[in-house]
Amino acid sequence: MFETLSRGFRQARNRLAGLTELTEQNIETALREVRLSLLEADVEIGVVKAFLSRVKEKALGRTLEVKVKHGGETHEVSASDHFIKICHDELEAMMAHEGQEIVWAQSGATGIMVVGLQGSGKTTSCAKLARYLDKEGKKPLLVAADMQRPAAVEQLKVLGDQLKIPVFNIPGASPVEICAAAREHAKKQGRDVIIYDTAGRLAIDEPLMKELADIKSRTKPDNIFLVVDAMIGQDAVKTARSFHDRLDISGVIVTKLDGDARGGAALSIKEVTGAPVLFTGLGETTDKFEPFRADGMASRILGMGDVVGLMQDF
Amino acid sequence: SKVREKEGFFGRLRSLLTGKKELDPSIVEQLEDVLLTSDVGVKTTEVLLSAIRESLSRQELADDEKVWEALRAQAARILHVSGGGGLRLDSSPTVVMVVGVNGAGKTTTIGKLATQLKSEGKTVVLAAGDTFRAAAVQQLAVWGKRVGCEVVRGKDGANPGAVLFDAIQKAKEIGADVVLADTAGRLHTKTNLMDELTKVARTMTKALDGAPHETLLVLDATNGQNALQQAAMFKEVLPLTGIVLTKLDGTAKGGVILGVTAEQGVPVRYIGIGERAEDLREFDADEFVEAMLGRPSKAEEAAA
Ligand SMILES: Nc1nc2c(ncn2[C@@H]2O[C@H](COP(=O)(O)OP(=O)(O)OP(=O)(O)O)[C@@H](O)[C@H]2O)c(=O)[nH]1
Ligand SMILES: Nc1nc2c(ncn2[C@@H]2O[C@H](COP(=O)(O)OP(=O)(O)OP(=O)(O)O)[C@@H](O)[C@H]2O)c(=O)[nH]1
Ligand SMILES: [Mg+2]
Ligand SMILES: [Mg+2]
Repeated sequence: MFETLSRGFRQARNRLAGLTELTEQNIETALREVRLSLLEADVEIGVVKAFLSRVKEKALGRTLEVKVKHGGETHEVSASDHFIKICHDELEAMMAHEGQEIVWAQSGATGIMVVGLQGSGKTTSCAKLARYLDKEGKKPLLVAADMQRPAAVEQLKVLGDQLKIPVFNIPGASPVEICAAAREHAKKQGRDVIIYDTAGRLAIDEPLMKELADIKSRTKPDNIFLVVDAMIGQDAVKTARSFHDRLDISGVIVTKLDGDARGGAALSIKEVTGAPVLFTGLGETTDKFEPFRADGMASRILGMGDVVGLMQDF
Repeated sequence: SKVREKEGFFGRLRSLLTGKKELDPSIVEQLEDVLLTSDVGVKTTEVLLSAIRESLSRQELADDEKVWEALRAQAARILHVSGGGGLRLDSSPTVVMVVGVNGAGKTTTIGKLATQLKSEGKTVVLAAGDTFRAAAVQQLAVWGKRVGCEVVRGKDGANPGAVLFDAIQKAKEIGADVVLADTAGRLHTKTNLMDELTKVARTMTKALDGAPHETLLVLDATNGQNALQQAAMFKEVLPLTGIVLTKLDGTAKGGVILGVTAEQGVPVRYIGIGERAEDLREFDADEFVEAMLGRPSKAEEAAA
């Protein structure tokens, strides 16, 4: 599916075909193609530069194996295959995350605050997360704290009803009041995870960013997830940085990966904020939700899963 | 290194411009940085930079001001596509279909358009053609109430074509001027959902000859290069008459729209600059270019 999109990497590979060694000279051209490809994948410019310099450092001075065994057969491997493998591994390393996705509260209910730009997929992701946790035996409570967008509360209620997961809201109250009251409500109802759905907002909208900071200080959530649309462009970094500066986000959910967006934001945001991508949204229905896999994402950005698979074995 | 400067795409651009000794290489870098960080994309950046080279004389190439001016002129040229301007209400009722990927701003744009039309004294019918997303109908209903116009809705999960058919019938009955038809968000890669749009449009034609008269694609300005695919695929299934570029009130520049207009020849008709009813403007190419490519001030340069 990503064949046409990975043109840059394929060209890089072709340029290195037949070589048995990676040198300063022969990787220059390849690196340039990689640069173009990453820019087309919407990886932020600064991140592209950092990536290239790391790959270059790793690539030079490598002794290359020219044959590998894969599935019982021996294959010829060119310098270009090595180069792709290095790119893939570096991408993966830049996005990798160790440990659990969710930080659990020492005592009481675990709080998960969900924030992001307008239309990025927060409300849907809250419902997906609730379903995911419900399946793991948790008892989540959804909190509708978007009092701004028309019918935002109804939207979460419909999703909660579908999933048979309770949704908390106080008509007419402020988002901060609602979130603060939700903790008490969860305690009474014996819910052990509280998921706060907040209104979409721009990072430059000072009053609304302050509202988030207030919600954070009132509810002391154990997790703050930034929801990012996979189609986002160069603005991903500015946005992520602003949300991070203000809220110290703990993780990222990348949505709408069921389309053909390359999703370069996944790389950029981790690099800039240090907050790892934890989950991915892969469709509109609440079951289309998966923990993030860095190797899958690296392959998506590279579009060269075949080569990478081959190189995995040695 | 020398090799890097001389080969490849960026190297080529650099030598195109820097080869003429009078141009400061740093300006090329500046232009590239501004264009790429604005989501203009590699391909259109290349097009723009070579257009600058073509349009300027050797002497002018040495002049920073001239170079930036030329860049703005080239960008504006791409954006001046015929068929721009506000909605054309030639037919009564005029049916406007609004489409786009999930969360782009379709429903909100309809609310804003309805507000404008109402203030011009038009009678508007809103058609709740998104029968799929949770509470999408209620969202449109809130807008209908705000604006004070009729909302035609079906049951949840109803056939969207049937709802839009009914809405057009209703508009004819009450002599409304405009029908604004909301549709469910869909990713352009979902063939079945894209086919559904074609069918829905056909149903609208059955309700009223020539409908939909306007088909607007809503694009989110925070999107990067994927917007190119969105525009291409939506245009494949529908005769788009315009684009609405939303969320320009943020820090995203929406530069991908240059590539979109260059490739599809569909004019940008409106921009969205906020969530409120009044946050919609007719698109102005020169203004847009100024906002995107206004030369970085000395202060900004120092900060960078
Ligand atoms: N295809 C696809 N659509 C998604 C995904 N996640 C969310 N959506 C859709 O994207 C649109 C916006 O999602 P919401 O959950 O309403 O986004 P939001 O961030 O809560 O939006 P606001 O509250 O208005 O800021 C809806 O049409 C969702 O169905 C996903 O992973 N894939
Ligand atoms: N800042 C800003 N937000 C906008 C703009 N236009 C729409 N929004 C917000 O973006 C979010 C999504 O808008 P919708 O109108 O629901 O988008 P949609 O395309 O109808 O979404 P689906 O029907 O779920 O596909 C909402 O929170 C809107 O308030 C705009 O121009 N600027
Ligand atoms: Mg929401
Ligand atoms: Mg909608």
